[in-house]
Amino acid sequence: MSQSEYAVYVENLSRCFGSFKAVSDVSFKVKSGEIFGFLGANGAGKTTTIRMLCGLLMPSSGNAVIAGYNVFTDAEKIKHNIGYMAQRFSLYEDLTVKENIEFYGGVYGLSRKQIKIKTEELLDYLKLWDHADKLTLSLPLGWKQRIALSTALLHDPGIIFLDEPTSGVDPESRRNFWTLIYQLSGKGKTIFVTTHYMDEAGFCNRLSIMKDGKIIELDQPKVLKRKYNANSMQKVFMSVIKGKKT
Amino acid sequence: MTKTNDMNPVVIKNLKKSYENIEAVNGVSFEVYPEEIFGLIGPDGAGKTTLMRILVSLIDSDEGDVFFKGKSVKENVKFVRSKIGYMPQRFSLYPDLTVNENLRFFGDLFKVPAEEQADRMRKLYEFSKLEPFRNRRADALSGGMKQKLALSSMLMHQPEVIVLDEPTFGVDPVSRSEFWDILKKLRDNGTSILVSTAYMDEAGLCDRVALMFGGKILAQGKPGQLLKNFEESLYLIETDRVYETFKKLENLKIFSEFNLFGDGIHIVDNENRGEQEIIHLLNKNSVDYKSVVSIEACLEDLFLKLIPESDD
Repeated sequence: MSQSEYAVYVENLSRCFGSFKAVSDVSFKVKSGEIFGFLGANGAGKTTTIRMLCGLLMPSSGNAVIAGYNVFTDAEKIKHNIGYMAQRFSLYEDLTVKENIEFYGGVYGLSRKQIKIKTEELLDYLKLWDHADKLTLSLPLGWKQRIALSTALLHDPGIIFLDEPTSGVDPESRRNFWTLIYQLSGKGKTIFVTTHYMDEAGFCNRLSIMKDGKIIELDQPKVLKRKYNANSMQKVFMSVIKGKKT
Repeated sequence: MTKTNDMNPVVIKNLKKSYENIEAVNGVSFEVYPEEIFGLIGPDGAGKTTLMRILVSLIDSDEGDVFFKGKSVKENVKFVRSKIGYMPQRFSLYPDLTVNENLRFFGDLFKVPAEEQADRMRKLYEFSKLEPFRNRRADALSGGMKQKLALSSMLMHQPEVIVLDEPTFGVDPVSRSEFWDILKKLRDNGTSILVSTAYMDEAGLCDRVALMFGGKILAQGKPGQLLKNFEESLYLIETDRVYETFKKLENLKIFSEFNLFGDGIHIVDNENRGEQEIIHLLNKNSVDYKSVVSIEACLEDLFLKLIPESDD
């Protein structure tokens, strides 16, 4: 496969801040439709890497091609072809559900007509017509989370970045969210997700673990469990982070 | 005033608090015993923060009683605030002060004499391992280190009881486990700890827990004891295509209760079928699976069982 056939193609990517190398020679590839877990300790360089992949931060060296666009030359195009959902979301709580969807449609540059169609589609899909004119503030967290995900998909991106999307969400809503993720993956969307819930890491097709700016482990969850002789991803994570010095 | 003859550090009786039409805390009772870690386990919106804010005298309850060391919190605000340590969710570190300056600032705030401050800081550095970073600004610390500094700042006035609102939120598993080691040390040195978390896996690190949801306590007790209440047999279905298998089970409707987990699908054997019968059913309906293993329930299984059916 060539670079542009991967949803995410990263080769020797590095980023320095002054003398500090936040990301150091990171390489990996993610196929379309894959659910890819991006794990690591706090301060390991995850956020810096994601910002580079989203076209928000210029790498110091290396190469990265996202949705077929190069981070050095096509950063703006990357922004139009990815979705991003942040920790504890980015909905406007004093707007109604419908207004939020319309607002994000505008942000993503959809036409009025497209916004109208998309809004109706989404309200159907999320079964939220009864709540369309309610303030977002008043909704249960699990709903907000699904609305936030949906707004990040308004412009139909091929890749979606989820930064700890289920923090603080109850176990049931968390599962509903993951079935949504599986559906998206089934439709060919690539999911790039960070999480501190190690049980949840098991939901990913493959995952990487970062430490001190480097990816020190990358494989399927079950392969990693076997390799570290661990019965949980929590144990895998602890062994990987504590065991290897980079 | 209701009297409690109990001198437990924290006694909460039938506590209620509403905001407009939302019942944030709806009839909660529990006690924190001396020198234990008591965990409030539950998702956002369960009422954990409201409960803690009432306990540390920041807001009033609508109904119910809260006692701190045998005294009503409402009537002894000053006493409570001088003896309790409270670490809110978004902590109150000063980002442009160094580690050292933050500790001194909180020492001054609680009127700890300067000569005592040095001694306490030395002890706090010992377990927080933050000494090498003493001259680093708080905003330049990693997430895990910030949490340790916030905890240390709160310990400068040596509170006997500490209340921590989701101290490990957003912290990676390794830093989280270090943080819990510190809490255990504090407990062993005589501190009583009330801590909240949305991470189910942290429940097992507490001496006793209350599982909270929708303003109510679903269950409370020692984690191991609670799991004994999970009477049904539980089976793990391992499969390479977990979502497809899950969908198939949803469509088949042969099992009344099953949930997605990172390691596969957990089937609660409400019908008492047993392993062989389950395997037979899976085969008969050509469900894609690799193995069926009998497993012990974890707290997340219990939580899923106890959450009332919602429209979510």
